[in-house]
Amino acid sequence: MTSLAAPCYHCGLPAHPEFSAPLQGALQHFCCLGCQAVAQAIMGSGLGDFYQFREQQNPKVEAQALAFSAYDNPAVQSEFVHSLSGDLHEAQLLIGGISCAACVWLIEKHLQTLPGLVSVSVNSTNHRAFVRWHSEQLPLSRIFAALGQIGFTPMPQVAASAYQFWQAQQKTALLRVGVAGISMMQAGMVAVGLYAGALQGLDAHWQNILRWITCIFALPVLFYAAVPFYVGAWRALRLRQLTMDVSVSLALLLAFAASLYATLTRTGEVYFESLSMFVFILLSGRYLEQRARFRNFQQSASLQSLLPLAVTQQLADGSESLVPLRSVEPGQRIRVMPGAIFPCDGRVLAGSSYAIEAILSGEAEPQAKQPGDRVLAGTHNGDTALLLEVEATGAATQLAAIEQLFAQAASQRPAQQALADRLAGHFVAAVLVISLATFAVWYWLEPSRALWIALSVLVVTCPCALSLATPAALVCGLGRLRQQGLLVTSPSVLETLTRVTHVVFDKTGTLTHGELRVEEVTCLRNVPRDAVLAIIAALEAASAHPIAKAFALYASDLRASNLEVVAASGVQGEVMAEHYRFGTPAFAWPASPPAYPNAGQWQLLADAQGPIAWVRLCDQLRLSALPALAQLRAQGLAVSLLSGDRAETVTNLAADLGIDDAQGAMVPAAKLAQVQSLQQQGSVVLMVGDGINDVPVLGGADVSIAMGSASALTQTRADAILLSGDLQALPKALVFAQRVTSVIRQNLWWALAYNLVALPAAVMGWIPPWLAAVGMSSSSLVVVLNSLRLNPSR
Amino acid sequence: MESLYFLIPISMAFVALAIGLYFWAVKGGQYDDLELEGKRILFEQEAKPQAPQQPEDQA
Repeated sequence: MTSLAAPCYHCGLPAHPEFSAPLQGALQHFCCLGCQAVAQAIMGSGLGDFYQFREQQNPKVEAQALAFSAYDNPAVQSEFVHSLSGDLHEAQLLIGGISCAACVWLIEKHLQTLPGLVSVSVNSTNHRAFVRWHSEQLPLSRIFAALGQIGFTPMPQVAASAYQFWQAQQKTALLRVGVAGISMMQAGMVAVGLYAGALQGLDAHWQNILRWITCIFALPVLFYAAVPFYVGAWRALRLRQLTMDVSVSLALLLAFAASLYATLTRTGEVYFESLSMFVFILLSGRYLEQRARFRNFQQSASLQSLLPLAVTQQLADGSESLVPLRSVEPGQRIRVMPGAIFPCDGRVLAGSSYAIEAILSGEAEPQAKQPGDRVLAGTHNGDTALLLEVEATGAATQLAAIEQLFAQAASQRPAQQALADRLAGHFVAAVLVISLATFAVWYWLEPSRALWIALSVLVVTCPCALSLATPAALVCGLGRLRQQGLLVTSPSVLETLTRVTHVVFDKTGTLTHGELRVEEVTCLRNVPRDAVLAIIAALEAASAHPIAKAFALYASDLRASNLEVVAASGVQGEVMAEHYRFGTPAFAWPASPPAYPNAGQWQLLADAQGPIAWVRLCDQLRLSALPALAQLRAQGLAVSLLSGDRAETVTNLAADLGIDDAQGAMVPAAKLAQVQSLQQQGSVVLMVGDGINDVPVLGGADVSIAMGSASALTQTRADAILLSGDLQALPKALVFAQRVTSVIRQNLWWALAYNLVALPAAVMGWIPPWLAAVGMSSSSLVVVLNSLRLNPSR
Repeated sequence: MESLYFLIPISMAFVALAIGLYFWAVKGGQYDDLELEGKRILFEQEAKPQAPQQPEDQA
């Protein structure tokens, strides 16, 4: 099992020897049953071309505990489904797991095979699907199930306001770029006439007309397309800062005012076409940066996305009905089915089960829940249904408290100012001083030219290349990182990433897979290992305990009867007329419980004659954890482990990995405090985590990365997402971030060098408007070409 | 040169028309997904032999 396994055909993670299936005439291997089922479903519906067209491996298929049938309830549907006419309905779904255009094709083709589906259109950028269907022929849950079948995770699109705001913004940005582009081309064309006239001689009458025409074409650019610069500049000035926006706005408005004056008085020079070009180039850079940033914008995943939409409420007369979660209030009674997610904080009234609270506490071990115990929203119910009295819903839950802790941590996070903005402050001040000085000196020498030369200084030094330097490099760098499996959602962190001195990992789900697997089997009697595992698999088939999942791989034709799950002990039942018990030694062989072989999570299998075998379960390390840690240390970084799991487990794992600084049993606030104290000692901290309990600390760290398997909430709170789960992408990303930053530096140096050459010439009054335009655009082109080196595959 | 008195207003009218069309296209959602639409034709080509499309246009 430790040998280098072939990659899973579907998701690319190491395949497990237990899973293989013939597909398209060859035997293909898979990492889990989920991926295998998905690949077979895709092939089975004749959509196998998907595997040739896709550009990236798919995310690993996660078991879907959601019962989709709740989505057929009209009360639940009222939150996201619109009725069009008759039984025709329309809904917007958010689909997790889309990685490229081939996924969209697969979804659309697969859904179109459903009878009763009218239309489906999927957007590959924002992962939203518009579906229309006839509800009499096709229940909505079938659509959800069909998506799950081919390996995607559908969610209803409920709170769309943040998304709509973002989409409207993107559209406006695109409109501005387009208007600037069209107007720039017109103004430029007419300006060629002016330039040619300046060299060959042009009738003053026609010169004046052409100037007015360029002016008209520049108007939409300056008063529609360039508005975001003025808004940004105004904001910066009110905070008493000089940013790039200030410098840009100043150059635009002064040059426009002077050109207008020149046109009215028929003197001086006009710069209308240079201004239009300048705005167009800058807006294009910004638009691309914005698009790269929001490429995988997942909506601001709210707490709601973690919780079910509908709950089963028990009324006073004992009858039960499915109601939307929003209508539930404290004091009411709800029933939570086995394997479901608790929708709110509450107290157990009846039933005995356990809760898997790893998502909130990081503790892998399930917690027993008896009547009177508290359960928390967002955690999983174990294997029996529970009747709860609701204590807190929505913003009052513990889950919401974590979110508040995040907001607080994020506001205390060390401020990061982009290198370009730091430079811009000095640059703007310097240019203003030089322009004024130039004006003063020329006013003394030759008053009629003073204004125009001072203005040409402003236009020539227009920080076009300077403000493109960062976005151009970031856009190229982000694309490359995405190919390497790291999705960066806030580009500014690339600069911070290069200064990281300390990497802090979470344990469960980050360094480990976050699920138990069979590590070791010790047979006490002459029973083969495979037979032992098959018997246990049959016994555990009915249980939803995390231990049971570890045996799902070993399921055979054996079936168990008279199964009973005993909370906190184990399972018992009959397999082939023999009575077996599997669980703790005291449960499996109460007559004389044997001692544990050694430390570790051992479980005992016994029959009526006595113990049969010990099985050790373990949350396995990711294969990439050891090499990744070695590479991080080789890069001179300190490594720590902060986990919510039991201290003993954490120390053992840390010893295996050679991590000196490891702490267990940490609550979210303690993790955050630990990272903040590291920051006070001068460290720049990169936090890698996956649970909801990591959300506050992800907010407080200088840079944060969430695992690809983390919940949507965790992912949206991190600066980057490690899509592949391959930890070795981290050291690679750190190295690559250095390269991006060095390209940014090169770009900035180039922009400054250009200005240093052009400035003296402008001060001397040697630069006519056409030369200013040529210099500005060519210096910007150099910056763009230099940035393209980051992404050679394009 | 006098022809410019006609040509320039005509070109301005065309520019206004182009900007109008551009607004209409963007607001109509034609630029919402810049990645997908260019690739869609590649997939359709392969899928056709399996499932013959109906004669109606489904743009």
